[in-house]
Amino acid sequence: MSTPFLSLQNLSKRFQAPKGGEALTVFENVNLGIEKGEFVCIIGHSGCGKSTILNILAGLDEPTEGAVIMNGKEVSGPSLDRGIVFQNYSLLPWLSALKNVTFAVQARYKSWSKKQVHDHSMKYLEMVGLAGGAELRKPSQLSGGMRQRVSIARAFAIQPELLLLDEPFGALDALTRGSIQDELIRIWSGSDQTVFMITHDVDEAILLADRILLMTNGPYARVAESVQVDIPRPRERANIIHHSDYYDIRNHLVEFLATRSKELAGKQEDGVLAEPSVVRFGAHGVITDPKDNRKPATSRAE
Amino acid sequence: MLASLNARALVLSLVLLAVFLGLWEAASPKQELAGELTEYELLMGGAEPKAAVPPPSDVIAKAWEELSNPFYDAGPNDKGIGIQIGYSLYRVLSGYFLAAALAIPVGFLIGMSPLMYKALDPFIQVLRPISPLAWMPLALFVIQDSQASAIFVIFICSIWPMLINTAFGVAGVRKDWVNVARTHELGAFKTAWIVILPAAAPTILTGMRISIGIAWLVIVAAEMLVGGTGIGYYVWNEWNNLDLTSVVFSILMIGVVGMLLDTAFAYCARLVQYQE
Repeated sequence: MSTPFLSLQNLSKRFQAPKGGEALTVFENVNLGIEKGEFVCIIGHSGCGKSTILNILAGLDEPTEGAVIMNGKEVSGPSLDRGIVFQNYSLLPWLSALKNVTFAVQARYKSWSKKQVHDHSMKYLEMVGLAGGAELRKPSQLSGGMRQRVSIARAFAIQPELLLLDEPFGALDALTRGSIQDELIRIWSGSDQTVFMITHDVDEAILLADRILLMTNGPYARVAESVQVDIPRPRERANIIHHSDYYDIRNHLVEFLATRSKELAGKQEDGVLAEPSVVRFGAHGVITDPKDNRKPATSRAE
Repeated sequence: MLASLNARALVLSLVLLAVFLGLWEAASPKQELAGELTEYELLMGGAEPKAAVPPPSDVIAKAWEELSNPFYDAGPNDKGIGIQIGYSLYRVLSGYFLAAALAIPVGFLIGMSPLMYKALDPFIQVLRPISPLAWMPLALFVIQDSQASAIFVIFICSIWPMLINTAFGVAGVRKDWVNVARTHELGAFKTAWIVILPAAAPTILTGMRISIGIAWLVIVAAEMLVGGTGIGYYVWNEWNNLDLTSVVFSILMIGVVGMLLDTAFAYCARLVQYQE
């Protein structure tokens, strides 16, 4: 088995308890592989450490144990190879939307001329529908949806090898969320971008992801299941609900979040399988195969 | 028909000013022309009016006279108000910008490094409450120059608000923005320039504005001590001349210049202000 593009190996995060009590283990033994070009969503209740995993992938946080290997190199510290979109947009409020993108592009492509940087930035801002003057506004003069579009444009414009999305649509209303999801899928389809995304929205995960990772509740959280979404692309919000697998997957996810995330929670005995079991849906119903790991989703239509 | 709030406030201000000036004018004792001169008065060459707080009409007349020729120079004891204010501004601004040149970089350092913050904090806490004029004797002795000593006093009083506000602003930059710099691999200099400085600029400018206000307060007292030139010296000199009209006029000028300085800094603060 070849090494995946991105692999999380025995990742754990513990916080030292005050006054030397037993350390709080947020999650442990997280083992995952993500292939190049894959779109992976991770779902779990608050406090299970999804954001910590994402921050570790970003290099903003460090695991207590284990390592993250991307492209054969261990991740240490933040890098332009990993772009991030945060829920709170993280735009610099004193810069215009355009400048928020150009400073990043300039940092990525240091040898580019001003014009190259400008044109490249505008290309991505236009992709998310910000042009015709809106790009010159400050973030405070833009709606939440527009701000998140700028943030997404910035992340794509630096063309990172791995794109990390931390609940990017969490603060948006349902209508805006829908249209930005469509835009995200459109931009992503035209690239070979690997995406790792945190979400709380089951429908969003099915619409976007090749694979959905399910985390049990913390403490001692772990990635319990990896649900394969084999619904063919391009997917559209209007049509996807008519696909025969859609509700099977949806019910499986909801049921996991409602009951099994609790049942499976808690410290694992040693020797228990460290990798998530793979769940697939198809004509024959649910197939769970604990050994069938890291199967890349290749059903990507253009 | 409600006029705008600003217009109504302006009208009210003018009314209050008129009432205040009217009361002041009415309360000022008229200088009576003495009918019969005492022997003393005759010896003094006529009626020497009693010193009293002058009425506003006198002050306005004085202001007109002074401001229509602000830059005359008739010897060390008789210079135009413009020259005096010019000297004061020169001292304030040179002391102030020297202080800024030190306080802002050091503030940056303290804000970025918790170690430096803890190490320098005791010094700052002891030095900050010292009245700037308390430094004057030491400054005069060490520097041996009254001009430079006045500038030093301005320097030492301007430094603290700028230092503390810069450190506070830099330390308080939102972690999200620092993370933006980190994830885009900005170097230390670029991080300071693109993220930290603009983020902390409003707080730094607030410190600079407080400092210039304090510097202008202190220069008057400092110039009363060192003498020679400047608006503070002018006030004290006119008091010695028992020219109360000039004293009142120069008090007003101190207020006006202080206001202009503050307005200038408020304008700069608006330039760097951002909305989250």
